[in-house]
Amino acid sequence: MIKALREEVRRLFEEKKVDLVIGWGKGSLPMTATPVFIHKAEDVEQLIWDETCSNNLAVYLTKDKRQLVQTNQKIGIVVKGCDGRSLVLYAVENQIKRENLVIIGVPCNGVIDKKKVLKQTEGKEVLSARFEKERMVVEGRGFKTEITKSDMLSRSCIHCNHPNAPVYDIFIGEPINTDSDVAVYPDVEAFEKLDCETRWKDMVESYSQCIRCYACRNVCPSCYCTECFVDQNDPQWIGKSPEITDTLIFHLNRNLHVAGRCVECGACERACPADIDLLRLNRKISKEILERFNFTAGLDIDEKPALASFCENEKQDFIMG
Amino acid sequence: MQETKNKKDWQPKILAILCNWCSYAGADLAGVSRIQYPPNIRVLRVPCSGRVDPMFILKSLQNGFDGVLVSGCHPGDCHYLSGNYNARRKFAVLKPLLEYIGIEPERVQFSWVSAGEGERFAEVVTKVTNEIRKVGPAKRLVKGVDS
Repeated sequence: MIKALREEVRRLFEEKKVDLVIGWGKGSLPMTATPVFIHKAEDVEQLIWDETCSNNLAVYLTKDKRQLVQTNQKIGIVVKGCDGRSLVLYAVENQIKRENLVIIGVPCNGVIDKKKVLKQTEGKEVLSARFEKERMVVEGRGFKTEITKSDMLSRSCIHCNHPNAPVYDIFIGEPINTDSDVAVYPDVEAFEKLDCETRWKDMVESYSQCIRCYACRNVCPSCYCTECFVDQNDPQWIGKSPEITDTLIFHLNRNLHVAGRCVECGACERACPADIDLLRLNRKISKEILERFNFTAGLDIDEKPALASFCENEKQDFIMG
Repeated sequence: MQETKNKKDWQPKILAILCNWCSYAGADLAGVSRIQYPPNIRVLRVPCSGRVDPMFILKSLQNGFDGVLVSGCHPGDCHYLSGNYNARRKFAVLKPLLEYIGIEPERVQFSWVSAGEGERFAEVVTKVTNEIRKVGPAKRLVKGVDS
């Protein structure tokens, strides 16, 4: 698979079809991958693709200070399903031109959440990790354990039903078949069934861990405003200290800003140093938008985001009769 | 807050965000027609219900309102043609989201009231006030209140 990917990228450079390819390379720590920016054919050996490649690379097209889209004519980008959906979102929102991109799809079976593995080893440092088909072998000072890979998947991958990029130019390997491409939300439904009091307590408990580092916002491919509402000081929407109501309002409003735009790549919660299940609100919103407007973000280049369009005769049961 | 100290004397404080062209005029009609409705609302006039950022609603709850009522023109009657349709989509997401995190559904309500519906405006305000009175003073998402 990696070989095919490298060959394909080498060919793109030789045929002068790209100026830059964004992909994943081996990280300096075990179980990590790092983004690599390849400018010439000789460097393709840096590319890898495995279950550690968790970064959503689409984010480099909008937020990177080097302004890659402006400085490169043609950009090749290696994408999983969710990253591919981010690209579709960018095309819909006129952040990129589809024709200037060469999208290289890879089949994704889910990525590993390093924080989950560290929980498994009780915080002990992992010095090497080896992936076999269904299992991973983790080694460190004085221990060696075997873990089932599916237990270590990032939370966003558990209910994922878009493992392949919806739009691509080249696909490496075979696209993964899914039983259905309609999203399921068993986690959201279970939480909805709890009573009001319990839900509130649970929310406060989990979000009071937030230290407001804004890593979730910085890493989010859908959050690319030049000035975020939390950084504005006139009016100042959000207090600067991590007070719980401010924190909740920050998360609620951030989630509302990405409503109908979130591709559920899970970058936010993998970046979260407090290990908060940040996707829970996004998933509730996605579920609501799917049920009401039959819309899923990042699948169709010709479809406007749910909150940027409307339909005259839609259900309005939440409005007083 | 003084008002919340004694539960017996507590009166709900409700923010009514009304669109300039329909609901605000509806409230005005209720006034000039001398229709009685509870004095618990504080009116915030906006050019259109589409102007209402969900953040306004979150911030008013945080700053101590017990409830928020947003009212605009009936679908199809928007002065700006589609402002209320866009607003409806925002509210369709905001309302379930607030319920999901455990805010009582009565606290945030939406309605359509036209400039001719003074009677209806009074009904809506009465209904919203009664419902919020039933759920009591807001404690969740309120700054400085331990819940």
